[in-house]
This record gives sequence, C-alpha cells and structure tokens, in this order.
Amino acid sequence: MSTEMNQAVQGRLIGRNQIEDLVLVPLYALVAALFLGALVMIATGVDLSTIGQSFIALVRGSVGSLNALSETLTAAAPLVLAGLGLALGFRAGLFNIGAEGQVIMGGLAAVVAGVAMADMPAVIALPAAIIAGALAGAFYAGIAGWLRAATGAHEVISTIMLNLISYRLLDYLLRTPLIQKEGRADPISKSIPEAAELPRLLTFIDPNLRLHAGVFLMLAMVVVAYWLLFRSKMGFEFRASGENAIAARFAGINAGLTIVLAMAVAGALAGLAGANQVLGVLGRATPGFSAGIGFDAIAVALLGRSHPVGVLFAGVLFGALEAGGRQMQVDAGVSIDLIGIIQALIIVFIAAPLLVKAIFPWGFRRTRSKEEEV
Amino acid sequence: MKTLRSKLMLSIIAAAVALAASSAAMAFTACQVTDTGGIDDNSFNQTAWKGVLDAMEDFGVEGRFLESQAETDYEANINSLIDGDCDIIVTVGFLLGDATQKAATANPDQPFSIVDFAYDPQIDNVLGQVYATDQAAFLAGYLAAGMSKTKILGTFGGINIPPVTIFMDGFVKGADYWNAQKGDAVEVLGWSVADREGLFTNNFDNLDDGRAFAQNLYDEGADIVLPVAGPVGLGSATLADELGIDRLKIIGVDADLYFTDSERQHVYLTSITKRMDATVRAVIERTMQGSFEGGLLVGTLENGGVDLAPFHDMDALVPDELKAELAALRAGIIDGSISVSD
Repeated sequence: MSTEMNQAVQGRLIGRNQIEDLVLVPLYALVAALFLGALVMIATGVDLSTIGQSFIALVRGSVGSLNALSETLTAAAPLVLAGLGLALGFRAGLFNIGAEGQVIMGGLAAVVAGVAMADMPAVIALPAAIIAGALAGAFYAGIAGWLRAATGAHEVISTIMLNLISYRLLDYLLRTPLIQKEGRADPISKSIPEAAELPRLLTFIDPNLRLHAGVFLMLAMVVVAYWLLFRSKMGFEFRASGENAIAARFAGINAGLTIVLAMAVAGALAGLAGANQVLGVLGRATPGFSAGIGFDAIAVALLGRSHPVGVLFAGVLFGALEAGGRQMQVDAGVSIDLIGIIQALIIVFIAAPLLVKAIFPWGFRRTRSKEEEV
Repeated sequence: MKTLRSKLMLSIIAAAVALAASSAAMAFTACQVTDTGGIDDNSFNQTAWKGVLDAMEDFGVEGRFLESQAETDYEANINSLIDGDCDIIVTVGFLLGDATQKAATANPDQPFSIVDFAYDPQIDNVLGQVYATDQAAFLAGYLAAGMSKTKILGTFGGINIPPVTIFMDGFVKGADYWNAQKGDAVEVLGWSVADREGLFTNNFDNLDDGRAFAQNLYDEGADIVLPVAGPVGLGSATLADELGIDRLKIIGVDADLYFTDSERQHVYLTSITKRMDATVRAVIERTMQGSFEGGLLVGTLENGGVDLAPFHDMDALVPDELKAELAALRAGIIDGSISVSD
C-alpha cells in the first residue's frame, strides 16, 4: 500500500487537493451564491441600497454582536449534530433521508424522559433525557437499517416513509395524556422541567442570549464522530463498506450488521439534535418542532464533504445564514425565503466544483490538461 | 476580462454599501412577528399586518415584520426584534403565547401586544387582543343553516386551539339555533361542541389539505363549508370553484375573502371577519399617544371587532326573510337577549 493510499484510508489526506476542496470551493460557492442572490433581489424589484443593507445585516446578524454569535451557534448545533450522523451514513454508503424523522423521535423521547425525571437532580435528569433522545433516534433509524439488511429495502425509500410516519406519530403522541400539556386541547407537550434543560450559558450577561450547553454537546460529538470514523474498527468497517461493499464482505466484514450499526449511529446523532432542540431551545415539543433540521443537515453533511470537521464548519455557516437571514428581514425587510435560495445556490455550486473553478480560477493548482499528460 | 469583471463587482458592492449606510431613519416603529402561514396568506397573518400598514399610512409610522417559518422561529424572531428598536412588538397568534410571555418577562420595558392570547394573570407590558368570534360565527351558522339545501354543513380547523374552535363553536350553535327556531334538523359535520373534538388539518399552510378536507365534507353531503385554518381554506375555495357554487359554497374567516381572494371571490357566501387590522391599528395608536397599558382589548359584534361580511355576488341568493332574521339576531346578540355561549 502506498503511503498516499494509506493516508487516504486513514482519512488524513490533507493535501493541496483537500484545501481546494474543503476551503476554496465552499468559499467561492458562498461568494457566487451571494452574488446570484443579489441578482435575484434585483429581479424582484429590490433596490440597490436595500441589497447592500441586507448583506450588511447578514453579517451583522450572524457575527456582528454577541447576540448574533449566540444565535449562529444556537442554530448551528442541531444542524451539526444531525449532519454528523448523515456524514457517517454517507461514509458507509447509506443515503439516509430520515434524519428529520429521527430528530422528531429523539426530541420526543427527550421530552418524555425529561418530564419523567422532573424530581431528579440535574446530573441525572439531563444526561438521561439526552441519552433517551439518542436511543430513540438510533432505534428509529435502526428500523430502516434492519429493513435494508434483512430485506434489501432501499434506505432512501424506507427513511422517507419513516419520516412521514414520524410526523403523524408526533401529532398523535402529543395528544396522549402522558405527553400533552395539562389544560390544552391542541397538540403540545408538557414543558421540560428545569433539571432536564440544557442550561443557557450567557444569561448572566443578557437574559435574551439563547446560547446553551448544547454547543458543548456539538463539539464533543464532532470529536467522537472523528474518532469513530477514522480511529475505530467500526469506523473502518463503515468506510470500507461505503467504498466497496463487495470487497468489504470478502474482507470479512459483516455487511448486514454494518448497515444496521451505521444507521443506528446516524440516528443516534440525529436524535441528539432533536434532544438538543427540545432541551435547549424550545423547552417543549410541538408539531413541526423539527423545522426541517433533518433536511438542512443533508446539505450540511454534503457541504462538509462528510468529514466531521467539515460538517462543523458547514453547520456553523448554515447557522450563520439562518441568524443573519433573520436580521436581513428586520433591517432591510428582505424576505427570509431569499436565505433559502442562497443556501440552495451554495449547495449547487459545491456540487459542481468544476463550475466554481471556471468562474473563480484564483488559488487552484493548475491541472495539466490531457494533451500534456500524453 | 477577469480584472474588469472583478472591478465591476467591487464597485457594485461598494456602491451598495455606501447607499445602505446613508438610509437610517428615526421614527415610531411597529414590529410584527407572524405565525406560520406567511404574511401573504389572504387571511389571518395578512389581516393583522394590514393593521400595521394602515397605521403606516395614517400615522406615518414605520413597520417591519418577521415571518415565522416554523414554531422554532417564534422566540428567535421576537428576540431579534428586541435589538431592533421597536416601539411596539405585535405577535400574531395564540401559538406565540409562550414565546411572547417569555420575551415580555425578560424585557419589562418593551411594550408587546399579542393577537388571540389573554394572559391570566395579565402581564403589565403585554396587551392581548382577543375576539368574541363566536358572535359573528353564530350568525354565519344561522345563515348557512338557512341556505343549505342538503341540510348538512361542514367545518374543519387548523389546530385544535381556542381561537380556532371559537369559530366552530359559534357556527355549530348558530345552526342549532336555526333548528330550534324552525324545527329543522340541519347537521354540522366536523366539530362536536361537547367533546371538543373535530376535523383538524394540524397545520396552517397546506392548501392541499384544505381541498381534501372540503372534498371529504362534500362527499358526506355538506354543501356549505367553513374552513378555519387561514390559507388552508384557499384550497377548499378551489374545490368549490371547480364544483360550482350550486354544489359547494365556502364561508371565509378572518378577512372578507371576497376581496383578499379575488380570483375565487364568487365561491364565498360570506366571511366571518375578525378585524385584527382594526385592533392592531388601535394598539399602535395607543402606544404612539403614550397610553399603552397591559391588559385586554376585546373585539365584539358591538364594537365591530368581529362581524359578518356582506354576501356580495350571492346577495340575490339570500332570501330577504333570512336577511331580516339575521339583522334581528345580530341586535339580539348585541343587547344580550340572545346568548351565543350556550
């Protein structure tokens, strides 16, 4: 095995190519997307000063103040958590569309566990609620993994269907007496007791700062995912199955077990994202509390090139766009839908690195053309 | 070519930045956070936003809004307005009740007003805007019972929360009142006043649901349907448009949908208007005059906060006798001789 190959297998190939791939392409994609976003605004009749104002607001709302940073990280945490799970799945060759459903199940389980532990001290209640979220997500994703391993049902289809089931299950469970808030007829869960809340970190400065301890959970999981993927036997098996399932089987890797485990780990991380939301941000579960995190996380995982560190940065970028987009609405009256367009454009450009290289030739190593090679 | 392009881009950015920096104004600013469904929903959020627009026109205030795309946005949206120099923050909808309470408690000097929520005990810096919608819905129920040929009416809601079910309560009781007066047996599908259960789409934004729910009610024989779900009802209107108004008529809610949904205006028998625009405007006016106070503002038939819209194109279809009965009923509700709550 050549050293390069060896490094590639260990995922440590941080060469010139990867810098181009992980830094330059996303950076240029962001610039191109913002520029096209400005064109979209012009096309919809927004004047130039408002466009300038809105981009200033985008920066101001994402990194321009303590509150902006707090909002960026608050929005990033669930995206990174769920994105890590999806990245693990992608590495194992599993295209898991079910993070949304796993977020829902994880959040719901965290509510149930949190409410049940109302009388416990925080050292017990909080970890129990978080672990309940991870387990529920793992179990729910494990269903799709098991279906794939046992029957060959494709995980794209089964996870989409499990998403649909989870929406209705949420509507139903939120109205059962165990979960529903007392005195309400609409689907809304009981409030998370204080002991099980992820504590807010900066309320001593300003009670409106929402940054909570979930940010540590996010960072810890980045490390765990990195270790799992590149330093553990299980991670090696995931990656080997993802690269070439047949070769992996002949190498003695249990394909079915690997699929179920990979899905379960992915689901556990998505479940943590759900727990993070209900325990740290919302304080309860309501219909639609998942708010599309599981779908945005797919983009985050792809943007982060399915690498835990890449996912972290991509998640923070998406968090910044969300927080900044809100400020765009406040300061410039530009619709929040525009942020969705910019996010989508970034993904389009990331997915087409050749296009980015053609528009922004600066900083890329010159590749020899085929004629020269011959 | 490349340098030209980059210079052009730079100059555009520079120009935009310069322009942006020079356009800051100091005025009374009214800010609004919408519920999911969007500011342009032809119904709930749009009516409340119209109140700000009216105030902008009448008093020269500045208005800003933030759309909530999901329930997770409520708190973040309110928080980002707290930094934004708003003189009053109006939150639109019952579902924002908890988030508004939290923000109001954390920022006791910031005036808030919330549509469709009454706090008990009251919060000093929150003015709740609530509506006796059942009064107008009672009239609509009586009217629909009198107009139905199949003797079956239908209704469905967005989410099973009080500001939605109060429409359905009034509607059912109005139809019951017709039955009691006329010895008739008009049935209302979709809501049981006693069980507090009925048909709900569980969202306020899916137009397809509006169509499907109306189709189900139509299949069960209903010829007049009251959707209480904001823009979801537009899907029901599309179905009525396709079936024709002989077979299915729609009763609008919140705004007079004859005007806001002008493409399908002919399908609306009437609308139960909830004049959030009037109350929002009044709250802004009060705050401008410095007379803001926490508490409650209640819209009723008497003060015009709720009402039954004109029949417009269907005016000729409504018998004069029924119109006269409605007028008497309305007077009875206002003077208290007819109770809509039992």
